[in-house]
Amino acid sequence: MSKVLMKGNEALAEAAIRAGCRHFFGYPITPQTEVSAYMAKKMPKIGGTFLQAESEVAAINMVYGAGGAGVRVMTSSSSPGISLKQEGISYIAGADVPCVIVNIVRGGPGLGGIQPAQSDYFQATKGGGHGDYHLVVLAPSSIQEMVDLTSDAFDIGDKYRCPVMIMGDGMLGQMMEPVEFKDADVSNLPEKTWATTGTGMKRKKNIINSLFLEASELEKLVLERQERYAEIAKNEVRYEAVDVEDADVVLVAYGTTSRIAKTAMAKAKEMGLKVGIIRPITLWPFPFEAFNNALNGKDKKFLCVEMSTGQMIEDVKLAVGDKAEVHFFGRTGGIVPTPKEILNKIIELGGAK
Amino acid sequence: MEKVFQKPHALSDVPFHYCPGCPHGIVHRLVAEVIDELGIEGDTIGVAPVGCSVMAYNYFECDMQEAAHGRAPAVATGIKRARPDKVVFTYQGDGDLAAIGTAETVHVAARGENVTTIFINNAIYGMTGGQMAPTTLPGQVTQTSPYGRDVKTQGNPIRVSEMLATLDGPAYIERVTVDTIPHIKQAKAAIKKAFQMQIEGKGFSLVEVVSTCPTNWGMSPQESFQWMRDNMLVKYPLGVYKDITKEEEAK
Repeated sequence: MSKVLMKGNEALAEAAIRAGCRHFFGYPITPQTEVSAYMAKKMPKIGGTFLQAESEVAAINMVYGAGGAGVRVMTSSSSPGISLKQEGISYIAGADVPCVIVNIVRGGPGLGGIQPAQSDYFQATKGGGHGDYHLVVLAPSSIQEMVDLTSDAFDIGDKYRCPVMIMGDGMLGQMMEPVEFKDADVSNLPEKTWATTGTGMKRKKNIINSLFLEASELEKLVLERQERYAEIAKNEVRYEAVDVEDADVVLVAYGTTSRIAKTAMAKAKEMGLKVGIIRPITLWPFPFEAFNNALNGKDKKFLCVEMSTGQMIEDVKLAVGDKAEVHFFGRTGGIVPTPKEILNKIIELGGAK
Repeated sequence: MEKVFQKPHALSDVPFHYCPGCPHGIVHRLVAEVIDELGIEGDTIGVAPVGCSVMAYNYFECDMQEAAHGRAPAVATGIKRARPDKVVFTYQGDGDLAAIGTAETVHVAARGENVTTIFINNAIYGMTGGQMAPTTLPGQVTQTSPYGRDVKTQGNPIRVSEMLATLDGPAYIERVTVDTIPHIKQAKAAIKKAFQMQIEGKGFSLVEVVSTCPTNWGMSPQESFQWMRDNMLVKYPLGVYKDITKEEEAK
């Protein structure tokens, strides 16, 4: 199939439909409303459901219901709306219901702003809602990657029975790029024998539930879920690592920021500096192995670049330990860092010899 | 030997955890009898609330989902949109349906979502030990209205059936109770009609069951029913508040 020029939010919606998603529950919020608008236009024509819920809270609970009933289902929002969804996300995780949640991140806290940000990293990767659970968090850096990861998100959710988040920033949602849709075959998805589809008087009833009053039973279920998380960490880690082995400075950045960091890296190389980059694609599970590979005995400095005041840097520090210095550069509140700012930081870190 | 009375098939063998004299058992049984009589157990998906009936998923034999507090109508909406050929019902109390879940309740009704809600109104939060509910009567003593509900500072009770009946979405809304045999028969007929209307695709149906809480009201079951008749049924009169089949006939 040839490439088409599409806005990020609309490409994401189209990718979800092609991944077999026929149920979408949304609520308007800038800068992701185009996802809902696209679904509203498309779903009625293909026998799907688009429903504009009365709130983000209702939307995520509709996702819980539909996902529990065994269909591929998605909701989409932006930071303040994702905060509202946290109750439902915790229940969805606790009841092992697969679904896809999109967060097109804007500046915060509170109502914040509507410009791009990455300040929801903690919320996405460290819990967000209550309880011992994780989301799988996928962070694309281009619209093409967002389209590809949307298909993966549904597959991962179904395979491990867990909610998956696609986290883009406002820029990814709003900009246009050429994309190619690689149509996955979704005609023969594995049957969800656990789903509430009606017993048909042929099997015992299925219960979708996160309440377990017996502490030992709850502990057992939580630990079983942790084993699944360990499987995810083993099988689903994704990252890109460029020129890290020989680098003096290793940039660490994800999403839109990684593209700006790469521009800074190219300029630094023109100046004769040795700079590499690690770009996490899965924010959870975090790609620790990329750092193990980079820490090859050579003296290096790591520079974490984010559109926040420093959230992913905590994972970078965990990954690096005391084996190398970890530095930070970030802009926040909806300000996008410039390549020059990042380049200056690289030079400051002693890349200049 | 001929069996003249037995547990409905749609009711499981799990013993109820409800307090002695609690009408939840009666209403569960009525719902299960209706599911049996309509022959829909294999095609029914229920949604349990948070509150005393939180473990309703253990008591019905059909597929069940357990919702967060107040979110049962949203969960039911998701299920129904995913499985439109199935019968979907929620079972909710007054705190769940008329306080924390008011938005979900109003909008499921406004959408005319083709699901059925069984609403138990006993004017109190039972599970947490007897706090004031949105339907607690003026002057009624609860743990959080120890001097009696003062409408000046604690607001007025909500008449859910009347409120929802003002919307265009609902197909059928009736308020019943289960204190006497005739009332129990009437309640069952209402529940059956609500499910039937869903099966016929007519839209949202709700049966409000005015109920009691002997434990938290601090009364015997008999005293509770008497107090309910003397007080609750005055504020919450029984009757059909919306029935589009009657409206159609009238046209």
